Amino acid sequence: MSDTLGTETAFGRQSQGTSRVGGAATPPTAPRAASRRRGRAKMRLEIALLSGPAILMFLAFVIFPVALAAYYGFYRWHGYGAPSDWVGLNNYRLILTDPAFQQVLKHSFMIMGLSLVIQGPLAILLALLLNQKIRGRSVIRILIFVPYIISEVIVGTGWSLMLQGDGAMNDLLRHIGLGSLQADWLSNPKLAIWTLMAIISWKYIGFAVILMLAGLQSIPEELFEAAQIDGASYWQIQRRITLPLLGPTIRIWAFLSIIGSLQLFDLVYIIWGQYVSGTAGTSTMAIYMLAQGRNAGNYGYGSAIAVVMFLISLVVALIYQRFVLRRDLRGAVTEGTV
Amino acid sequence: MSATTARSWFSSTTGSRRPGSRRDSRDAPQKWGSPFTYFVALLFIGVCIAPVIYIVLGGFRTNSQITKSPAGLPHPWITANYINVLKSNRFWGEFANSVLVALASTVGIVVLGLMVSFVIARYDFKLKGAMYSLFAAGLMFPMVIAITPLYIVIKDLGLIDNLLGVIVPQIAFGLPTTVIILVPFLRAIPNEIEEAAAIDGTSRLGFFVRMVIPLSLPGVVTVSILSFIGSWNNYVLPLYILNSQANFTLPLGVQAFSSQYSTDTAKVLAFTSLAMLPALVFFSIFEKRIVGGLTGAVKG
Repeated sequence: MSDTLGTETAFGRQSQGTSRVGGAATPPTAPRAASRRRGRAKMRLEIALLSGPAILMFLAFVIFPVALAAYYGFYRWHGYGAPSDWVGLNNYRLILTDPAFQQVLKHSFMIMGLSLVIQGPLAILLALLLNQKIRGRSVIRILIFVPYIISEVIVGTGWSLMLQGDGAMNDLLRHIGLGSLQADWLSNPKLAIWTLMAIISWKYIGFAVILMLAGLQSIPEELFEAAQIDGASYWQIQRRITLPLLGPTIRIWAFLSIIGSLQLFDLVYIIWGQYVSGTAGTSTMAIYMLAQGRNAGNYGYGSAIAVVMFLISLVVALIYQRFVLRRDLRGAVTEGTV
Repeated sequence: MSATTARSWFSSTTGSRRPGSRRDSRDAPQKWGSPFTYFVALLFIGVCIAPVIYIVLGGFRTNSQITKSPAGLPHPWITANYINVLKSNRFWGEFANSVLVALASTVGIVVLGLMVSFVIARYDFKLKGAMYSLFAAGLMFPMVIAITPLYIVIKDLGLIDNLLGVIVPQIAFGLPTTVIILVPFLRAIPNEIEEAAAIDGTSRLGFFVRMVIPLSLPGVVTVSILSFIGSWNNYVLPLYILNSQANFTLPLGVQAFSSQYSTDTAKVLAFTSLAMLPALVFFSIFEKRIVGGLTGAVKG
C-alpha cells in the first residue's frame, strides 16, 4: 500500500517545492520573531482544527476496530462484557484446521484466479474493439458500466430469479432450441461456482473495460502511426505496442480484482445465503466470518477470522506489489523525483 | 466491493499514470470491417443490460405470465406491481432512509475530507507525510474485513439499529479515497492565487473557504458521486447494524422484500427495479464525471 502512496506523493511532489515558497510568503508582516512564533502557533491551531475531525474519525472507526479485532481474536468471547476467557492462539488454530475454512479459502483463491483469467483477456479484447472509431462510443461506455453501478443486492436478486430451475434462463434456452443445456445453475455444486464466476464477470467486466479504454487512450498515437508506416499489421501493433504499453493499467486492474475477490461477500450472500453457499460450494472467507462470527455469537472467533482475512489480503497485496507492480512504481517514482 | 474498487483505483492510477496526451480519434480499424465491431459491441451491450431489462420488464408482468413463460415479454402490460410499490410506505420509508444515509455520509466525507486534504496539500509541517500515509493505508482496510470489530464498536456506542451507526463508519471508510483524490487537486491550485489572497489580507483559512472550495469543485463532485453511490449500494454495514425494518435502507429492503414475497416474483421485480432506479439516474446524470474521472480527468 505504501507503494501506491509512493507514486501518489511522487506525482504531487512536483508542485510541492513551489508550494513551500507560497507558504513562506503567506504571513505578510513576517520579520519580527515574536510575530513569527505567533504565526506558527496559529498555523498549528489551524492544522489541528482542520485535520483533527477527520483523523479522529478515521482512527476511531477504521484503525481502532481493526486493532480491536487483533485483541478480541485471542479470546473466546460472546460479545457481552469484557472478554476474559483468554485462549491464546487457539482461535487461529481452530480456523486454520477447520475444513470449512479450508474450503472457503480454496473458493476465494479460485474466484481470484478465475476472475483474472476470465475478465482480463476479455476486457482487453473488448477495449481494443471499442477503442476503434465507431459511432455512439459514449453511449456504449454508459451501457457497459450499468452492471457495475447497480448494487450487489439488486444484481443478486435479479440473477437468482433468472437462474432458478424454472426461471428465465432455462426458459430462454428451451426457446432457442438449446433445451439440453438447461441446468440447475444455483444449487448444483459442480456448476454453482461457474455460475458465480459468470455473474461476477458480468458485474465487474464493464469496470475493467473502462479502465483498459482509459489506458489505451493514454498511449500516444504517434507510436501506432510509426508502426503502420513500418508496415506492421494490426495484430502486430496490438501485440508489440499496445499490450506492453497497456501493462501498467492491466497490472493495476489485476491488483484491484485480486483484493476485491478475496473480500467477496455481497453477491454470494444474497444469491446463496449463509447455508446454501456451503453446500453449493460458493462460500467465501467473508461468508464464513459472518456465519461463524456474528451469526454464531462467537465474536472472539469472528474477530480472529477478520484478522486472518486481513493478513491474507495484506500478504497477497505485498507480494503482488513487490513482484508485479514494482516496475511501474519504480518508473513512477523516478519520474516524480528526477 | 463496488465502490471501494472504483475509489481505490483512483488512488493508484491518478499518480502512476502520466497525464499524457489523450485523443479521442483513433486509427480506423485496419483489417476488421466495422460491421463486426458493431456486432460485438451490440452483443456485449446486450449481455450487459439484458438482466436489467429482465428486472424492469418483469415488474410489468403478472405472476402467471412469469410462470407460464419466464423469459417472455409483458403481455398485457400490467402497472399494478409498480403502482403498489410506489403507494407503499415501506418502499418510501426505506427510500428515505437510503437518501438520508447517503446524503449525510456524502456531506460528512466531503467536509472532513476537504479539510484534511487542504492541510496535507497546502501546509508544511513534520507529520504531513505520516498523515497522508495513514489515510493511504486505510485503503487496505475495506469494510468487509473490519466489519465484525466495527459492529462491536458501534454496539458499545449504542448505535445499533440507528442510522447514525451506518453513517459514521461510512464517513470514516470514505475518507481515504477522498483524501487521495482531493490532495492532488488542492496541490494543483496555483500558488499565485494563494499569494494574491495573502496580499489582500486574507488568512489561510479565509483562502480555504473563499478560494479552495470553489476551485476544487470538480474533485469534490467526483468524490461526492462516488460516496453517494457507494453509500446507496452499501449492503454489508447496514446488514450488521440495522435490525428493524423501519430503519432498513433499500439494499436491505430489497433483500427482505424478496424473501418475504418469494412467491410473488412480479412484485419483487417491481420493487427491485424501483430500488435501482435512483442510482442509475444519478449515474447517467453524472456519467461524464465518473467515467471522465476514471479516464484521467482527475490529475494532480
